[in-house]
Amino acid sequence: MTIAALNSNPSPAILPGSGGMRGALSDLFWRRPQLLLLLMLLPPVLWLGIVYIGSLFALLLQSFFSIDEFSGLINREFTLKTYGDLLQAANLDIILRTVTMAALVTLASAIIAFPIAYYAARYARGRWKALFYLGIMLPLWSSYLVKIYAWKLILAKEGILTWLLAKLHLLWLLDGWLSLPIVGGNSLSVSFTGTFIVFVYVWLPFMILPVQAALERVPGNLVEASSDLGASPGQTFRNVLFPLALPGIVAGSIFTFSLTLGDYIIPQIIGTSRLFIGQAVYSQQGTAGNIPLAAAFTVVPIVIMGFYLWGAKRMGAFDAL
Amino acid sequence: MTSAVSFQKVSRHFGSVRAVDTVDLDIVPGEFFAMLGPSGSGKTTCLRLIAGFEQPTAGSISIFGERAEGVPPYRRNVNTVFQDYALFPHFNVLDNVAYGLMVKGVGKPERQKAAEEALSLVRLPGYGARRPGQLSGGQRQRVALARALVNQPKVLLLDEPLGALDLKLRENMQEELKSLQKALGITFVFVTHDQGEALSMADRVAVFNDGRIMQIGTPEDIYQRPKTRFVADFVGSSNVLPPDFVHRYSGQHRWGSLRPESIRVGRAAKSDGVTARLVSTNYLGATTRLALDADGLRLHAIVPAGAALPEEGEAVMLTFNRESLHLMDEPT
Repeated sequence: MTIAALNSNPSPAILPGSGGMRGALSDLFWRRPQLLLLLMLLPPVLWLGIVYIGSLFALLLQSFFSIDEFSGLINREFTLKTYGDLLQAANLDIILRTVTMAALVTLASAIIAFPIAYYAARYARGRWKALFYLGIMLPLWSSYLVKIYAWKLILAKEGILTWLLAKLHLLWLLDGWLSLPIVGGNSLSVSFTGTFIVFVYVWLPFMILPVQAALERVPGNLVEASSDLGASPGQTFRNVLFPLALPGIVAGSIFTFSLTLGDYIIPQIIGTSRLFIGQAVYSQQGTAGNIPLAAAFTVVPIVIMGFYLWGAKRMGAFDAL
Repeated sequence: MTSAVSFQKVSRHFGSVRAVDTVDLDIVPGEFFAMLGPSGSGKTTCLRLIAGFEQPTAGSISIFGERAEGVPPYRRNVNTVFQDYALFPHFNVLDNVAYGLMVKGVGKPERQKAAEEALSLVRLPGYGARRPGQLSGGQRQRVALARALVNQPKVLLLDEPLGALDLKLRENMQEELKSLQKALGITFVFVTHDQGEALSMADRVAVFNDGRIMQIGTPEDIYQRPKTRFVADFVGSSNVLPPDFVHRYSGQHRWGSLRPESIRVGRAAKSDGVTARLVSTNYLGATTRLALDADGLRLHAIVPAGAALPEEGEAVMLTFNRESLHLMDEPT
């Protein structure tokens, strides 16, 4: 094209509107971006505000009612009696058991997730990165129940794990572990150890992904700078990598911790007959018909998570954000 | 005397890419050494080899006489000022500067005192409590410098440290770095793609291209007496003259170089010289740069501003002193 051809552009400096309803709307939204924002946010805000927060608030309200022990009817007067019931030894036991399990599951998930996330963030490229995402996500695509029943078979006394350990002449290790109080039992599938293993398995992706995202944001040259200034790999981990990955670990632990606090299926299928909070809620609102106590049980994880986040913030977990 | 840094036939290959290819190099203790070259020429890889972030594929590296292959970065008494500073975002400025001392186990009061001193050295006293995110680019640069210097390294490596700064700040920092290096007596190894920066700051310059060193010498050597066409062209964009052209003026059939400022531009047919046509003029402030066409050979001349200039497209006569024509070693 010659320069003359470039100069002879016949179109006007300002193009006519495309016309019609769509053109008018485009122009309007361009001039008033807040209008578009409002239109886009209204449905989710309504959903979140009414369906989500609203029902949560209704639940909270329920926990301040009490049940009439003779008639089994709900007494709609505000009282703290139901919360008092929570402090009964049996209920307190359930809370303590669930919180301990959730804490251990979170800790184990963080320890297992970190190296995997670190590899994915720092070294995996191209095909390996795709494989990593596939490996993390694939278990999430299959049914939760199928996975848990599969684990029941794996952990059962006649299961593949026992068989494998027998082949490796390590059965004494399993038997020794199962003979321990609390964590032990007849087989792994009916012990807290089994519950723990399955919890970690099921929630691990929820820890790996945020940790990986956090590590992905740590510039590689910070690790080099630390090493350059004389820090051994261990010191670099403690002083640079871990603090910068902490927001990701906290985000992941919110998932693993709260999901464990609320789950009622895993301990039902794999574990002992002792209840977890989720099971207690399930039985109180179902067979027992004690909706206020069920609601009060539900408030426990919410309060615990609130304290957890407050503590994490105070410890500076979000400073690197 | 042992060299501060010595490379013997060092290569670093990444697969089939020869980032650094059989480089020999000796850096004298206490000198300000610049590695100059276009991007991808291997200068940064050389710096990373000294720091220990890369290991040589072949050859040997020694730092103050001690073999450095296989030695991790944290065991080298060498510190780096990174191109984008690499300050730790979760520490304040003081903790950033004190980091090297902290990991070496220096007590808190002592290392904070040293860090304060280092901050004063780079003229940022009292900035310790700020976060890196609250500083300007120039200030971050100084913090990065203080963080490296506080460890009293045997060699300080600077990886294009002034690249992200604006012109005025860059000129100030150049002067400061130079005087800091003189005062401290630490060996500085400076990587840059800016030939002006290399020439103005360094005691000696190594010009890199394609993973090899084209020439090592003082700035004057490099500028006045380039050995190859690449050096002549890259450092100060000299006019590279083909052997036939050079033969007419020196009697020797060799590649030559002629600095643009050595060319005088006069009216056509006034004296004997090279006839050329003025293609374009670029006003540069103190000088004006002329692009000339001498029978198909593109030449550049730099003349002082204010000189009477011919019109673009006009025929001119170029003259120069025979001694300013430099003959290069490059084979013809």
